Amino acid sequence: MTKTRTGEVSSVQLRQLKPSFSSRFKEFFVRHLQVFFYSLGLLSRTPFATLMTAAALGIALALPAGLYVILDHASQLSGDINSINQISLFMKKDVSEKTLLKIQKKLQAYPEIAQVKHIDRDAALQEFQDNSGFGDALKALKDNPLPDLLVVYPSLTHNDPQQINTLLIDLKKIKQVKLVQLDIQWLQRLYAILHIGQRGVLIIGSLLALAVLLIVGNTIRLAIENRRSEIVVMKLIGGTNSFIRRPFLYTGFWYGLLGSLIAILLVNISLIIINDPLAHLSSLYDSDLFSLGLMGINISATLLLSGCLLGLLGAGMAVGKHLKDIEPK
Amino acid sequence: MILFDQVSKRYKGGNEALSRVNFHLKPGEMAFLTGHSGAGKSTLLKLIALIERASTGNVIIGGRNLNKIGRHTLPYLRRNMGIIFQNYQLLYDRTVFDNVALPLIISGFSSREVKKRVHAALDKVGLLRFEKKYPITLSGGEQQRVSIARAVVNKPALLLADEPTGNLDHDLSREIMDLFMAFNQVGVTVLIATHDIPLINQLNKRVIQLDHGQMLTTGDA
Repeated sequence: MTKTRTGEVSSVQLRQLKPSFSSRFKEFFVRHLQVFFYSLGLLSRTPFATLMTAAALGIALALPAGLYVILDHASQLSGDINSINQISLFMKKDVSEKTLLKIQKKLQAYPEIAQVKHIDRDAALQEFQDNSGFGDALKALKDNPLPDLLVVYPSLTHNDPQQINTLLIDLKKIKQVKLVQLDIQWLQRLYAILHIGQRGVLIIGSLLALAVLLIVGNTIRLAIENRRSEIVVMKLIGGTNSFIRRPFLYTGFWYGLLGSLIAILLVNISLIIINDPLAHLSSLYDSDLFSLGLMGINISATLLLSGCLLGLLGAGMAVGKHLKDIEPK
Repeated sequence: MILFDQVSKRYKGGNEALSRVNFHLKPGEMAFLTGHSGAGKSTLLKLIALIERASTGNVIIGGRNLNKIGRHTLPYLRRNMGIIFQNYQLLYDRTVFDNVALPLIISGFSSREVKKRVHAALDKVGLLRFEKKYPITLSGGEQQRVSIARAVVNKPALLLADEPTGNLDHDLSREIMDLFMAFNQVGVTVLIATHDIPLINQLNKRVIQLDHGQMLTTGDA
């Protein structure tokens, strides 16, 4: 009951036809589903424009995704190499052939060691002369400067860094050994390079994620502009902001989904194109380690998810900014 | 239902569209709002529909002071009114049915309810056979009747119309006015801004007259 200024008691409030709570609750989901597909329908009405935007998103998403795939494979590859560590024992010069053989035999008996290979200093010099291109220069040397070398291959059951380390300490105790070298330096360098690569992917990924946000945001802004009169009508008949926002958010979602699907397609096509020459290169190294294959399920799923989220977020930003400005006049 | 208490509206730039307007429209009443172009008719309707806010004074609709309505409750308030425009404000990429269904969908009615009520509303304005057509294929009078169907489909207690017959000839205008009279007869409060004086003279309803933003006559009995 409201007492008005004129003194009249107005018992007639604005009564409104209202759906029941359960109906509204159920309809909420039904309508969401409808708007979900309605927004897809709107996109399919302008297939060319939709595809152009989705392709731009696809390219922006494909670049970091593709780089990530390559980096991921590179670190897996180095992981494989990690397990075939070898330790080089450079012997002192005056060690006799006999002692050398004895040491080799002793080491061979270690459970930690799979194999010990002796590289004779004369054979090594010969090989160096043949292959290095310094043949003549080396001939000028009176003495063979190269030491004898024992190459120790740790057994596969004893090749984690901790065990290798203990083995190294043991090997250093042998008094005929001048220098023990674990060939991991190049591995450390590779890791360092991969680390830089990962940072690079992170930077490129962030920048391109921003690009996705901007592309979606701008597209949605245009969509809002195109449907200005519709938004005005919606507001006039009592549409809440969340109701009006909904189709635009779903449009952003669809753009993100389409974009990431295109990105997956692009990355896989690129991988297929790269795989052949890579297999060739790999065969030149007598190895079948180098193969990128196709994009894994995990990376694909991550790409899809982040594409959809970026689409939603970009649309949300545009809608938040521009929907407020449109009011009935 | 509608109470204006010392309401003034000054637009940016200083021109005063309404100055200290008082009037009261009781529930179930029907009135015409007249005056020359720029007299403030549209502004008055916009204040009721919360498209504009009063600079001073109180607008009270159905017992609620509009000064106290925030941005978030505003849509729910608008669902209580049916608003009709001179240019129909229909969505031309949707069918007649979808246009009329819009207020119900916004409120969250089930599809079955929506269908039932849209059919009832279209039947009332005599356009049931056009439900699958697009508004652009209809004549002006038919489009206006679609917009009326949309305005009443929610069964609002209040109908506002701004020059609803502005684009229509005399016979069509009369048909539209008869529709409003029919809604008024079942208890809907109706306020229509128009400058079609010959037409409203035939209808024998309350006339509220504005002149340069001032109330000339409230037509109160």
